[in-house]
Amino acid sequence: MRKSLLALAAGLLLAASVGAASAADKLKVGFVYLGPIGDLGWTYQHDLGRQALVKELGDKIETTYLENVPEGPDAERSIEQLVRAGNKLIFTTSFGYMDPTLKVAKKYPNVHFEHATGYKRNPNMSTYSAKWYQGRYIQGLIAAKMSKAGVLGYIGSFPIPEVVSGINATILAAQTINPNIKVKIIWANTWFDPGKEADAAKALIDQGADVIMQHTDSPAPMQIASERGKLAFGQDSEMIKFGPKTQLTSILDTWGPYYIERVKAELAGTWKSEDTWGGLDSHMFAMAPYTNMPDDVKKMAEDAQAAIIAGKLHPFKCPIVGQDGKPVECKGGDHLDDGQILGMNFYVKGIDDKLPGK
Amino acid sequence: MALVEAIILAVLAASTPLLIAATGELVTERSGVLNLGVEGMMIVGAACGFAGAWLTGSIFIGALFGIVAGMLMSLVFALMTLGLAVNQVATGLALTILGIGLSGLIGASFVGERITPAARLAIPGLTDIPLVGRVLFGEDGFVYFSIALLVGVWWFLYRTRAGLILRACGDNHVSAHALGYPVLRIRTFAVMFGGACAGLAGAYLPLAYTPFFIPGMTAGRGWIALALVVFSSWRPGRLVVGAYLFGAVTILQLHAQGWGVGIPSQFMSALPYLATIIVLVLISRARTGGSTAPAALGTVFVPDR
Repeated sequence: MRKSLLALAAGLLLAASVGAASAADKLKVGFVYLGPIGDLGWTYQHDLGRQALVKELGDKIETTYLENVPEGPDAERSIEQLVRAGNKLIFTTSFGYMDPTLKVAKKYPNVHFEHATGYKRNPNMSTYSAKWYQGRYIQGLIAAKMSKAGVLGYIGSFPIPEVVSGINATILAAQTINPNIKVKIIWANTWFDPGKEADAAKALIDQGADVIMQHTDSPAPMQIASERGKLAFGQDSEMIKFGPKTQLTSILDTWGPYYIERVKAELAGTWKSEDTWGGLDSHMFAMAPYTNMPDDVKKMAEDAQAAIIAGKLHPFKCPIVGQDGKPVECKGGDHLDDGQILGMNFYVKGIDDKLPGK
Repeated sequence: MALVEAIILAVLAASTPLLIAATGELVTERSGVLNLGVEGMMIVGAACGFAGAWLTGSIFIGALFGIVAGMLMSLVFALMTLGLAVNQVATGLALTILGIGLSGLIGASFVGERITPAARLAIPGLTDIPLVGRVLFGEDGFVYFSIALLVGVWWFLYRTRAGLILRACGDNHVSAHALGYPVLRIRTFAVMFGGACAGLAGAYLPLAYTPFFIPGMTAGRGWIALALVVFSSWRPGRLVVGAYLFGAVTILQLHAQGWGVGIPSQFMSALPYLATIIVLVLISRARTGGSTAPAALGTVFVPDR
């Protein structure tokens, strides 16, 4: 029994290596995913990006993905496994893969790596992320127009700069419509727990919020808002089927164009280590159709979107006053600079809550 | 008033899956078997429960699918640990990993589909009573079933001869065997009961709590259920207290954040777990009614024939 198993294993290995040899003329591109591709959120959108890539360059490349890879030591093994399988360009799609990716990148200088949402780079390791706060600004405008109670409910995942800058962008936008707007913030301390996200949405609605925003990944808050007849914004992906009369819009992570561009560079031999932080203008993300709102609100949202793309509107335009009443130093000319946004760890004036850890 | 009612309703819903899964595991452990695969059985129950409800349009059939799926998973566990006398801890952990994979496979084609969630009861007159009406007579059937299940298990364990025998197997399988009781058969039934409960608890999530299926939606509730069994020191009465305490702390910390209570949210998210540890310490320090783990819990039994 044991012998036959060994023989079987050896056979499989042989078959795998033969398979690798026959595909050697195609560029192998690997992806490491945090969740299951069916999560309808973060990982799902990365996989849509991969599918767009296959559609565009499928005759020249071959893609492999590993899903459900936990952040930490397992990630390093998984990334290395992709290297050994002959992948020449590897995308690792979660913040927690940063150090593992760097470690493997240093070990294999001839392989190129792309890490999403991190800040550490290497000559063979790029980083890429999106300026989601631009989308949150548009959502803040819509929310202030649509809220009858003047109270917004915000479900945060973890109090990291990406989430904090999203909250600030939202409230800064909302204040331009209604200076007295309130936001109630609940930290779920998880990216994905549909039950807890649903409970958080219930708590926010029970406490008077009538527009629900989320920076967690499941459609549960959308569904609760729908059940209670409130309004909500989706996250990462199109969530309108969970609230046909509820979703106002949603931030859609559209990684396809970036993946295609980078793989084309790899094929042409022009790939080099870069730091990409793209916004609405470079199609790193998109806004889902503006629905369930009057035409004038829709027009306002579309105008804001156009202004952001044209560079005429910056969500963090100075002067910005912090929660302590003091103006924030303005390093980017007439707006905060990228470093300030990427490291944002304060609330702006008007948020009646305390930032965890402050 | 309305807010208090809303909080109580949310606590009831949040506690129900924990209570059902923990009740099943309590019976399993009382028979002397430690099945750490609750999370895996739950997630498969969630996938199959949703699939069943989506295919037939019936929440009831969905729940049955969940129960059967959990039982089949537990049967695999029973075959390994009782039939082949494999280490229970390792098998339980493997069962969880298997379950997570299987649920993704089964559920893949149902991701994004919607069903009508389990209806809430509406008894004219009774449900309309202020404050208590919605709580006592207005929740979905799972909530009341979970309490009936727990009462039934308490009655079985402490008021029937079969329950006494089951506990005897958990406390001293050699003696129970010597007295002529079929230890392995009894344990197999106990494990399957635990599997059925875990499957149902998992099915509760997509059928009533958040009516859609997404891989990983149990989000660690199976582990909490396991902790609750220890928390209860293997007693049904304490189990219900633990489950509702856990649900209450979870919901209240969310509300506390909404009110802007100035306590770090990370600390509040950890509160339910801290509460569990504190109660465990208190229980083990108490002289009377201390921890009463079944003496043979987790030990392999191979009858000499």
